[in-house]
Amino acid sequence: MSKKQRKIIAACTILAFSLGITSTAHAMHIMEGYLPVGFCIAWGVLCIPFLAAGSFSMRNKLQENRRSLTILAMCGAFIFVISSLKIPSLTGSCSHMTGTGLGAILFSPSAVSILGLIVLIFQAVLLAHGGLTTLGANTFSMAIAGPFLAFGVYKLCQKLKINRKAGIFLAAMMGDLFTYCVTSVQLAMAYPSESGGIAASVVKFLGVFAPTQLPLAVSEGILTVLIVIGLETYAMPELKSVGFIKEQEVR
Amino acid sequence: METVKTRKNTATVAILLALVVLLAIVPLFMRKGAEFGGSDDAGSVMVEEISGEAYTPWFTPILESMLGGELPGEVESLIFCLQTGIGVGVLAFFMGRFVERRKQENMRNAYH
Repeated sequence: MSKKQRKIIAACTILAFSLGITSTAHAMHIMEGYLPVGFCIAWGVLCIPFLAAGSFSMRNKLQENRRSLTILAMCGAFIFVISSLKIPSLTGSCSHMTGTGLGAILFSPSAVSILGLIVLIFQAVLLAHGGLTTLGANTFSMAIAGPFLAFGVYKLCQKLKINRKAGIFLAAMMGDLFTYCVTSVQLAMAYPSESGGIAASVVKFLGVFAPTQLPLAVSEGILTVLIVIGLETYAMPELKSVGFIKEQEVR
Repeated sequence: METVKTRKNTATVAILLALVVLLAIVPLFMRKGAEFGGSDDAGSVMVEEISGEAYTPWFTPILESMLGGELPGEVESLIFCLQTGIGVGVLAFFMGRFVERRKQENMRNAYH
């Protein structure tokens, strides 16, 4: 990343913090119109530095090696597919996966923030799923918090020398779950419970989302591993081009 | 060596795929008669419970205000399918190219 790009990201971060904190903010897919205006703006602003970092990370990687475009397209397509499938869960309600873990691991977590944003806009505009006013909050939970945690978990697993596929599974699963945790917190901040405040509210919202999401998170982990197996078998040159597999590493 | 590895991979893939399918189907049978509504909707029910009153969203989705009502269910599933289709199309296109490329490489290697 060049010096100029770093400066822009730093500036965005400062801007975001100063704007975000003053309005004492409060939001996976929060429905249109369900967050107070202040929260909508605050979460939106908070996303800006990540999106800026994402577009630079994307551009740099593509300039380095045009081949990585295929992997980027596939990561985006994976999010498209997976977030369009509403799957029944043990609790008797449906939810969908996020699919953001794959891109975070293969490409970069910040690049996924852009891919996620595209999907969220698609769903908000055409499907009335999520919303334009809550776009910032939804982007933060699904396209930023989830992928960054997934990336962190994957790196940690590598450090601990855990089997790579197990690491990918854990990363994608936790990223998915974390997305819903962040959503619960976002909703709780906007709707603190009268008796127990925000904390009690978080527990309530988690109670709605977490049990439904757990089996789906496991599925997402498995699907992500499957895609990686496929790519490892057929697309070694591309995986090397994005730096997922080091040149000297022999299978 | 190569074939052993491929065979092992095929087995893993088959088992994992079966697991995913099971995870999606089992709930349908375990929870017969459940509604299987969206958990996003469950979230808005919880908002009402916490705030103690019916909540009116302060903004309606632009598509809904343009249509003057909700998107018809069938059309909604059409757009969801479109989203899935675009994704699968891109994935399958690139995967197909990769697989074919590997084949060509193998053939070339066999000749030399």
